[in-house]
Order: sequence, then structure tokens, then C-alpha cells
Amino acid sequence: MNWLTNLIRPKIRSIVGPKDVPDNLWQKCSSCEGMLFHRDLAENMNVCNHCGHHLKISVAERLDLLFDGAYKRVDVPSVPQDPLKFKDKKKYTDRLKEAQAKTGEKDAIIVAEGEIGGMPVVVAAFNFDFMGGSMGAAVGEGIVRAAETAVARNAALLAIPASGGARMQEGMISLIQLPRSVIAVRMVKDSGLPYIVLLTDPTTGGVSASFAMLGDIHIAEPGCMIGFAGKRVIEETIREQLPPGFQTAEYLKDHGMVDIVVPRKDLKETLSRILNLLMNRTGGLRPKGKIGNASPGKVTNANGALFGGQNRSSFAPHTTTVNQVDPANDRPELKESARVTASQK
Amino acid sequence: MAALDFEKPITELEGKIAELRNMTSSKDFSIAEEINRLESKAEKLKVSTYNKLTPAQKILVARHSERPHFLDYVKGMITDFTPLAGDRQFGEDNALVGGLGRFQGQSVVVMGQEKGHDTETRIHHNFGMAKPEGYRKAIRLMEMASQFQLPVLSFIDTAGAYPGVEAEARGQAEAIAQSIDSCLRLRTPMISVVIGEGGSGGAIAIATADRVYMMEHSIYSVISPEGCASILWRSAQQAEEAATALKLTAQDLKNLKLIDAIIPEPLGGAHRDPSEAISSVATQIEKGLSELSPWDSERLIKRRQQKYLAMGRV
Repeated sequence: MNWLTNLIRPKIRSIVGPKDVPDNLWQKCSSCEGMLFHRDLAENMNVCNHCGHHLKISVAERLDLLFDGAYKRVDVPSVPQDPLKFKDKKKYTDRLKEAQAKTGEKDAIIVAEGEIGGMPVVVAAFNFDFMGGSMGAAVGEGIVRAAETAVARNAALLAIPASGGARMQEGMISLIQLPRSVIAVRMVKDSGLPYIVLLTDPTTGGVSASFAMLGDIHIAEPGCMIGFAGKRVIEETIREQLPPGFQTAEYLKDHGMVDIVVPRKDLKETLSRILNLLMNRTGGLRPKGKIGNASPGKVTNANGALFGGQNRSSFAPHTTTVNQVDPANDRPELKESARVTASQK
Repeated sequence: MAALDFEKPITELEGKIAELRNMTSSKDFSIAEEINRLESKAEKLKVSTYNKLTPAQKILVARHSERPHFLDYVKGMITDFTPLAGDRQFGEDNALVGGLGRFQGQSVVVMGQEKGHDTETRIHHNFGMAKPEGYRKAIRLMEMASQFQLPVLSFIDTAGAYPGVEAEARGQAEAIAQSIDSCLRLRTPMISVVIGEGGSGGAIAIATADRVYMMEHSIYSVISPEGCASILWRSAQQAEEAATALKLTAQDLKNLKLIDAIIPEPLGGAHRDPSEAISSVATQIEKGLSELSPWDSERLIKRRQQKYLAMGRV
């Protein structure tokens, strides 16, 4: 029996387990390698309780964390899938299907509306689990839709990028999402509404070189990576070691690109405060209106609009703008809501 | 002229023709006939080769060192060119050159990436890879164009924005994002021509325009085929495959309706007859400007935005 217990059993064990750490209960911190119990981690908003490292957090958890209560998903119009018929080692359509199966989402962006600190906000959040949060036509369309919804609802726009950059598999279609997302930002800014970016890990490439760096206010999570070029590309170009802390949230703050670095536990409070400072300028109480009583893009009457129409128009003069794209032009379903916003002006 | 690999049969023929020319005296009819025969053969070979360049071959032509570069186009079609320097914040960037000038009598702002033509000028222009100060200078020039009602002509020829520590420290991403925004807010017509290589964010930063044209053998891509291959195929060897998959040729991008027109190049590429290439570009720019003039700033901006919003939708 000896040879069996001493030799064979460990071998079998090394092949089939049992594992020392069950996946579902314990997890290693990717920064300090400390062991994290799942319940502690959830309680701590996925922040390591040993070193304070901010681990990734799912979009659903993120939205639950930020919104005051219930929020409503905003549908993103479909775009042509796989416009280039792209194939590398795998077909792009297969990669899409896999990512869709894994995440249960159509693409890497989720648009939702609700309230933060009592202020109406449309959130466009990236799902890093969906092909690295890469930006193709569907993501670009999500940002445009988020901006249109914010304008129609007189709400702030909060973008939460978590993305490696443009989606290579869509070639130049992905590159034109840079100007398209910039146009979306412009719609919101020209309407006098706040546009806030919450930079999370990572925000790089084409995503950082477009809407993500154009916020009225840039908030970043501690330690998250933000930059244009990838570390490897830079190292290959300059052939030297990169300075410590390069391209972190703190580095960007030191270099004037980020306003505030905020730990996850303080995010909601900070966002609420900022949104109130920008949108509730006299500190008056806002008449409570129902959120999401109309389906996305459809506001049935002026009272149904967020911000109760009256309060908003008396507190915040709506800047009439000249170069704002009228979303109603190519989106008939938005015509009605556009009229409502126009009547508030 | 530096011959590309796929051009070797053509250059060999041309070599033979030159040899025969040296040998022959004017009386020798049989050799003259042979020269004629070889010349027409060389011509046919050029046509057949250049009519069906693969994407990978187009990349070689687009990056050809003797291809006319930004300053050649300025010299060939802009009078009174007055380069302007600096972003008024940090410094001057020689990779992105710009200034005032006249295009067929009309005052314009002209700008573009300059790659340089020999070691010294290539280093001076940082191989056409701009840093944040380059894009901030472009923003400054576009604001000047709006103020003085000057159309903007931009020429794109870059492998991409410079990937370096100091570029990141000074906000490369922010500079590119703001530059795209400036293009979209510009109150005058903007025409962009991809004359060689359109490399990703560093290119579109100054190419979000009312009209975007590409030279017949130029390329425009979200990532270099080498970079794409090393990420998706995990080997740079697959760059040829990536080049095809990325659909980065002028012909592909015209089919996808992402550019407005293709500007024909002289047979065998722009480097074989730069002055013809430059005059074709001037003709197309003239056409574009006349389509856009006279302009109403508000309408122009609105149309430019709607054009981009409509791209890639069903």
C-alpha cells in the first residue's frame, strides 16, 4: 500500500485537486497577494482589506454602489455586428458570442439612468469582462445614446470607462468612435449639463484619447491605470525602464490630468456632493419626481421629465447652443422628447 | 530609387532598358525596336502590379521613404507659407508642422505630420510622431482659423502619436481628445488628406473633417498591422494577414463609406512622380473647397457632426 499512498495518491491529487483555495470562497489580492475572504471582499466593495488595492468590480455592483436606489437600464440601438468580417485566430463573431455568453450583455457598455445624491444622472459604464471593455460601434452608440438621454432628461452624464482602448476587430469603424464619442460629450456640455468621468482600471488607448479625457471633472479610483500608449510599446520605443507609479491615477493627478483620486468607499458621497454643487446651485430642495416613468427616449410630458422642469429652468438658465446636434433628426423616436426639452428652454 | 520587393521585376526590366540605351547608337533599329518592346512590357507590368497591390504591399508603398511628404505638398501647392511654432504652453513640436499660407489665392491654415526624408530631418521631425504640444499647436491653429475665417487643410502621414514617457506625462490622450473636439467645433471648412500612413488616434486627431480623402496607395488604421498581429495572433509574423483583416486601404475604407474620395496616384506610386501626385491632391482639395463654399459656420459644424454620427450605423 505504501507505494500507492506515497507516490500515486499525491500524483493524482496534483492532477485533480483538491485545491488549497476554493475559488468561490477565497481570492488572492492581485497587488499584495494577501488572502481575501469573499464576504469581507464584498463588504469592502472589492477593495483589499490588507493593502487597500482596488480590485475590479462588476458593472452591476458598481451601479448599485453609485445610484441612490433603483435605476433603469437604457436600451442601446443595435449596430451592424462584425462590419469587416474580421478573423484572426478566431472569428470576431465567435469572440462576440463568447463574450455575450460570459457576460449576458450585448456588448461592453451599459447605459442606465437614475439618481445620485438626488440628482438625475445617466451613467455609461464599461464592462471590462466583455473583450477588455474595447470600444467598437456598439460601445460608441451606447455613449451617443447615453448623451442623448442625458440631454432629453436634463440629467448629468457620468462615464465610467474600463477599457483597453479601441476594438481592433472593427478596424477603422472603431477609430471613428473617437470623434463620435466626442460629439456625444459636446451634446451634453452644450446643454449646460455636467459631464463627469470616473476613471477606473484601466483607461487607455482610444478611450482615453476621446470622451474619457474631456470631462468637466475627472475622478479616478486609487491606483488605476490611465494612459494613451501601452507600457510595452513605450518601453520598446525608449528602451528604458518606466518611472515607478507611471500612468497611475496618482501620477495623472500630479500631472494635472485628474481632479481627484477617490477611494471606492467615498465615491458615492463625492459624486453626490459634486453633482449637487453643479446642479442644485442654490441649495434649494428639489421637488421629487419619479425616475424612469417613461421608457428611454420617450418623455410623455414636461412633468415627466426629470428635474421637474420648473425647478431646473428657474435655477439653471439653459444655454441655447448653435452647434448642438439635434438627435431628433435621425432618431424619430427622440422627436417627442426633444420637443419637451426645447419647450423648457 | 529604392525598389520594393514586389517591384523587382519592374526595376529589372527598367535596368535592361537603360543598359540597351547605353549600348545603342541612333542608327541601330533592331535595338531601338527591342527597347520599345521592353518599355511597353515594363509599362504593362507596372499597370498589372499596381492595379492589384495587396494590403501588405500598399503599406510598403505608403511608407516609401521617397514618397512626397507633408512639406513637399506645402511647397507644391501653398504660396506664402508661413510656419507658426509652439503651443504657447510647453514647447514646439517639429513632428506636426503648421502655419498660414495661400491655396489658389485663398488664405488657409495648413498643417500635417512631417516624417522627414533623411536621417537628420527624420530625427528633427521625430519621424512624424507628434507629442501633446504638437496637438495643442494644432488646436491653436484651428482656433485661429475659426477666428479669421480660414479653411483648414490637414495632411496625414504618421505611424501614430509618440509613445513616450514625457508625452504621457504631458497628457497625450487629453491633447488628442481636445484636438478631435477642436476639429468638430471648427467654424470653417476642413479638408484632410491621408498622404501616406494614417496611424490611429494620432492621425484622427487632425483628420476629423468635412472631407476626408485618401491617396490611392495610402493606408489608415486603428492600429499598425504589426501591433495588431502581435496582440491577436501573438506574433508579428502575421502582419500581412492582419493588414488584410484590418481593411486599411483607401479602397476598403471608401467601400465602408468612412472616407469621401480616393485620389489617384501616378502609375507605380506617388514616389515615381511626386509633382503629378501633388497636383492630383490640389485638384481634389479645390473640388472639396468649392463644394463647401460659401459656408455657414453653424450649418457646417452641424453637418460635420451628423456625418460622423451617421457613420457605421445600419
